[in-house]
Amino acid sequence: MHALIQGVILGILTGGVYALMASGQTLIFGIMKVVNLAQGAMVIMAAYLAYQLFTTFGVDPFLAIPITTILMFGLGVGVEMVFLRPLRREDKSELSLLVTFAIALLIEGVLSVTWGTTYRSINASYANSSWTLGSYQITVVRFWAFVLSLVALGLLFWLLNRTRFGRAVRATVQNPESARLLGVEAQWVSALGFGLGAATAAAAGSVYGLLYPFTPGSHYDLISRLLSIVVLGGLGSVGGAVIAGVIVSTSSAIVAATISPAWSEMTFFVVLILVLLVRPRGLFGSVTRGAI
Amino acid sequence: MSVPSALRGGIFVALLVTLPMLGLQHWFLNLLVFVLMYATMSSAWNLVGGFAGYPSLGHAGFFGIGAYTLALIFKDQVLATGYEPFLLLPVVGLVGALIGWPIAVISMRTRADVFAIVTITFLFVIQTLAFNLHDFTGGSQGTALPIPPFAAAHFEVPFYYVMAALLVFTMGLTFATMRSKLGLSLVSIRADEDKARGVGVRVIGVKVLAFSVSVGITSMVGAVWAYYESFIYPQFAVDPLITIAMVLMTFLGGRGTLWGPVLGAVILESGQQLLTYQLGAVQLYLIVYALIFLVIILLLPRGILPTIQDRLRLRKRRRRADAEGAATAVWPKDAAIPSEADPANMLGGGAT
Repeated sequence: MHALIQGVILGILTGGVYALMASGQTLIFGIMKVVNLAQGAMVIMAAYLAYQLFTTFGVDPFLAIPITTILMFGLGVGVEMVFLRPLRREDKSELSLLVTFAIALLIEGVLSVTWGTTYRSINASYANSSWTLGSYQITVVRFWAFVLSLVALGLLFWLLNRTRFGRAVRATVQNPESARLLGVEAQWVSALGFGLGAATAAAAGSVYGLLYPFTPGSHYDLISRLLSIVVLGGLGSVGGAVIAGVIVSTSSAIVAATISPAWSEMTFFVVLILVLLVRPRGLFGSVTRGAI
Repeated sequence: MSVPSALRGGIFVALLVTLPMLGLQHWFLNLLVFVLMYATMSSAWNLVGGFAGYPSLGHAGFFGIGAYTLALIFKDQVLATGYEPFLLLPVVGLVGALIGWPIAVISMRTRADVFAIVTITFLFVIQTLAFNLHDFTGGSQGTALPIPPFAAAHFEVPFYYVMAALLVFTMGLTFATMRSKLGLSLVSIRADEDKARGVGVRVIGVKVLAFSVSVGITSMVGAVWAYYESFIYPQFAVDPLITIAMVLMTFLGGRGTLWGPVLGAVILESGQQLLTYQLGAVQLYLIVYALIFLVIILLLPRGILPTIQDRLRLRKRRRRADAEGAATAVWPKDAAIPSEADPANMLGGGAT
């Protein structure tokens, strides 16, 4: 029982970070109907950026977040304009999968050439300290990671619900054609939306580097988790992704604590299959013809 | 079967049979084995990814399943190791197809996006299992198969012929599919699944059948590969790059065509082998590969063969129009080419 509760605590804290990554991915899908397979690679890339800032300039990974976020936002906008915009509309959803997969490989290759393929980790002074609450351990890093994710998600929700840009995004998600008719510049919403998705990956990536050791190949582990999360939450639903992130992360932590860490990877796949069997549109997905 | 396509097929098979008899060097035969391997897998991927328009990203998982299935059979009972493992290929294919079947049933309840998500997640699950199930796979230490007892002088030849047989089998299957109601059903699913269902295509059955056959073939190829390498590590047996290769080759040559995947495999696999010699580092190769992929999708989204076909068709039409004395009025130079809109052309037009 003790291991179980400890697992739940860890799972919820880590779940915040996953929620942040997944919210960007689901946002991209909502706006553009593009499943971004490069989201995990962008997270890892941000982790490397934070690593480099930390080792050469001594910048704390949490403080590095504004820098990495802006850089990755620019990269995201560039990727959308160069690689996704030219795709023909009729087979965009199919081809964009392949394009984003290729971008993931490209990022992996660039990271491997720049930093090599050995595991790196960001060893901040507080990396191994933890608080004891009753008989349970709460690691400092995970706690602050969770807080940061809440702040970032709050910003994202503010942006989506309280700004003009957010209104354009929500209109595009609901009905791209009507949004365009009402004067929303669809191309800019797509480019900025993709940039925003990359920015959430960047914020999450800086923290990911503190939580786990990583290599350029780590994005493969991430992407399957992220995909299970966004499908469970309902593709396109940011709120769904946040809740699903916590659910999936917690259940995988429980499996790791009670059965074996080796099987916790399977949790994601099992969750995915169960969702598709019981409720293919996910927890909060909308029923759209042709989408799911 | 029309005369030209029979001729083409005959020449191709004759070429496949005679190639190893020409006294080729080992490195070249090895290259050919890998070209055939990828040609077979791309053709298999094409069945579901090209015709039905369901882009599976999980085929590399089935490649690994095939490899480990053969390794497991070897582990449990002692077999004579000569040609007998090749006789087990149908069993391996059946295992792959049986594992693929429920996955197809579940993931194809949804459309292409979610299908790709489920298959790629499946791939990573298989990868994790290959690393973690030490008892079956030896974990990251890898697992050994018996070393094939073929003479060193022509070690590659048996593998060459088995891969060639698998390729001819897959292409024959593709050809038969293209000429049958099944092929039409698959293409109609790609064009508009709801309408296909509306006119009475048994959508689910057709999709699941295509997927199972496709992954069954992929598992068989994986098993031959494992026997050829005789030692398998999880990172090579379940490698996302294998999936990417299958997709890329099919896209380069032309989706939904008979010869496209083969053409793509010949170009890319030989190019890749040369690149690895030139560049050495795996990482650079990853960058080059990704860049080629992006360029192909952006510049040649329909692949080489369909593009050439359109050019030829357009020229023929122009010439006919010229002969009728109505030259540019009928087909102005930059008119859109009505090929994909015409369902008869979606099967790649004829035998190509």
